[in-house]
Amino acid sequence: MVALLFILFAGLAVGCALSMVVQRNPLYSAISLIGVFIALAALYVMLAAPFIAAVQVIVYAGAIMVLVVFVIMLLNVDEEVSKRLRLRFLVPTAVLLAGVLIAEAAFVIYFVQAQPSLQDPSTSEIGLTSSIGTGLFTTYLLPFEITSVLLLMAIVGAMSLARRTNVISPSALVVPGDLVLKKELIDPSAKNDATPVVAHTTAEAEQILGIDVPQDYPAAE
Amino acid sequence: MDWDTISHIIVKLLAITVAFTGILMIVAYTVLAERRVLALIQGRLGPNRVGYGGLLQPFADLLKFILKEDIVPDKSTRFVYFLAPVIAIVTALMTMIVYPFGPEVTIPWFGSQQLVIARFDVALLYVLGITSVGVYGIALAGWSSNNKYSLMGGLRASSQLISYELSLGLSLVGVILMSGTLDIYKIVEMQSGGFWHYNIFPQILGFIVYLTSAIAETNRVPFDLPEAETELVAGFHTEYSAMKFALFFMAEYVNMLTVSMLATTLFLGGWNGPFVETIPILGVVWFLLKVFFFLFLYIWLRGTLPRFRFDQLMNFGWKFLLPLAILNIIITATVGYFVYAPK
Repeated sequence: MVALLFILFAGLAVGCALSMVVQRNPLYSAISLIGVFIALAALYVMLAAPFIAAVQVIVYAGAIMVLVVFVIMLLNVDEEVSKRLRLRFLVPTAVLLAGVLIAEAAFVIYFVQAQPSLQDPSTSEIGLTSSIGTGLFTTYLLPFEITSVLLLMAIVGAMSLARRTNVISPSALVVPGDLVLKKELIDPSAKNDATPVVAHTTAEAEQILGIDVPQDYPAAE
Repeated sequence: MDWDTISHIIVKLLAITVAFTGILMIVAYTVLAERRVLALIQGRLGPNRVGYGGLLQPFADLLKFILKEDIVPDKSTRFVYFLAPVIAIVTALMTMIVYPFGPEVTIPWFGSQQLVIARFDVALLYVLGITSVGVYGIALAGWSSNNKYSLMGGLRASSQLISYELSLGLSLVGVILMSGTLDIYKIVEMQSGGFWHYNIFPQILGFIVYLTSAIAETNRVPFDLPEAETELVAGFHTEYSAMKFALFFMAEYVNMLTVSMLATTLFLGGWNGPFVETIPILGVVWFLLKVFFFLFLYIWLRGTLPRFRFDQLMNFGWKFLLPLAILNIIITATVGYFVYAPK
């Protein structure tokens, strides 16, 4: 029974992974990848790790892939057309690396088979939520906290990269027809200061900018 | 496989059949109840011709959906277009297996059974995970229809779901902290012994956040931006007709039922109620009554409130509900640390 389920989900995972690579349409690739994640979650459940399985679905299938699908949908990426292969030397490299990977997998499988089986997975309690929680907040507290700080840094970095400081925010109240000037244009000592200054009339802008208005020329009202 | 395994599988399959049939019947009659109650609110009669007082109306509607012509847009992405309603309804129904409908009862021929299809360690996380996969049904439907209104509706719906999923999940953390488990059956058992043991009283803040984000999660009034008729025709299911549209429609109502059941089990004590200790089967009645209260609340809100604007919706979710949910976690954790001994 368990073997049957394993074959079903492992087959699903491998099939979806192949389909992800082969598909020409990026959205189909993304859907296949979601299939891989869900099949892997099912395999985790069979390995008595329900918490990892649930987190796999929530984080990978539910959050990260939604972003990927969003990007594909918004950019409306076209189907890939096969082009002439430019980097020909990559083909033998890929074959070689694939050979190394298969050899590695065979090596691992051979040694796992040679070892006596450790424990019946159905009686294991390592994968339960309480054991993972206890482990994370006692023995592995420091690595856990460091990882969260790392993630926080990534978020702060992304924010500071994406934030545009030199553009006047769209919520700033500007009457249509007004001029919006950067402060550094007006005051040379305020270098790189992008504080917006609103001028209502041409005359006012000239005055702010310090342009000399000829005396015989009447200033615009 | 020995006989025990086979009989176990048969019992579970029967339980799934009974539960899913019951749920789909409840969904069908919720639609009818919605139409009748809305009519009552608006001073109309509503559908009352098919059967006694309109009681056969859901079946007439279903027959109509099956018999209608199924129109597929010419330039749609076929495979995804067919896949989207399937994802929507399957993910909606999949969460149903973890809710305890009643306490342990003795059923003739089947012996003593807990009235829940599956009990496992991470039941609550399972619900959240399946709900988050449900977003794809709507997003892909909007994209594959090749219609700008559908795409807008799909994008709106999925951004709304992603935003409110956070406050929904965080509002449940208070309950999890109090019970120390993710097993929904155990959480219900912990609330037994009178209504003052229900989680709603210590977790009133969490309950309010949960209820608000649950209404947003199910795309219902006042958060029904994805289907705003005045702007988007019908949102992500504009191009869907006949039974495919019916699947989306059913998924929406099953999702309403799901969040109502979650609210009942986590905050209102599930099947707990008077006389459950002596007559266990009464638990099912209490459970369903509480769920029906939430369903009525949904209909009541629909008849009362206008719709939000989209920027208001996003601001409300991120700047008000999410901090409130985090505040609830901090309060619960602090009180739990100082008042109760660590479990």
